Amino acid sequence: MHAAPTPSRRVMLALAAGGVAISLLPRPASAQLAAPTQAAIDRIRGGRTPQEGRVTLRLPPIAENGNTVPMTVSVESPMTAADHVKTIYVFADKNPTPDLATFHLTPAMGRASVDTRIRLGTTQDVVAIAEMSDGNLFMTRAEVKVTIGGCGG
Amino acid sequence: MAAPIGQPRVRIPAQARAGEVIDIRTLISHIMETGQRRDQAGAIIPRDIIKRFEAKFEGQLVFAMDLAPAISANPYIAFPFKVEKAGSFEFTWTNDAGEERKATNDIKLA
Repeated sequence: MHAAPTPSRRVMLALAAGGVAISLLPRPASAQLAAPTQAAIDRIRGGRTPQEGRVTLRLPPIAENGNTVPMTVSVESPMTAADHVKTIYVFADKNPTPDLATFHLTPAMGRASVDTRIRLGTTQDVVAIAEMSDGNLFMTRAEVKVTIGGCGG
Repeated sequence: MAAPIGQPRVRIPAQARAGEVIDIRTLISHIMETGQRRDQAGAIIPRDIIKRFEAKFEGQLVFAMDLAPAISANPYIAFPFKVEKAGSFEFTWTNDAGEERKATNDIKLA
């Protein structure tokens, strides 16, 4: 009678591997995105330059199962008629197609925060861009290490 | 040939105080076939997803989401809502074939 050690050991190994990768390769926020992701972002931008800040992506740093990864995206905003978040675009940089979701928000929500569950085919960055009612763009990204990919297979 | 859109489940408080921001959580049963997978004969299994979710309060659009194949099967979508008055919510899920599934919930003022 002994408990199966496999899952927790796998997590520990993944954590250890992740720690090594992070310490060896500090990745700048401006690290190059894949061409399809950059093209999708460029279509949204229309000449505007996204600023850093205000957008928060909450994702697990390590996802054992890429088929269902919980994601929360929130934006600092008063959500009033005069000043609110209109749209949040989310992309997965290394999925077969980068589109994840487009959220359309209104002041009636009172708070700019949305939860869903996503599929990630492999370890990659998730990128979120918020478009404000005044046309300003804010952007953030977060890396998720995926143990078992979630695209077909 | 689209997969059936399953029973929607919505968790929303039955009542709230005016000015309170509540959380609305929704779940719908659906395969969310990506169009990337192949069957045993090697043929691509055609894409079949819920592509749009809308939440309306008293007929006014409050929140909407365009979904991609990278949204997990049985899509879970949660969002806030600032309660100002009693009224009725209508939630609509639409698949690639244009078929819809709706759910309605009333909210009262506490």
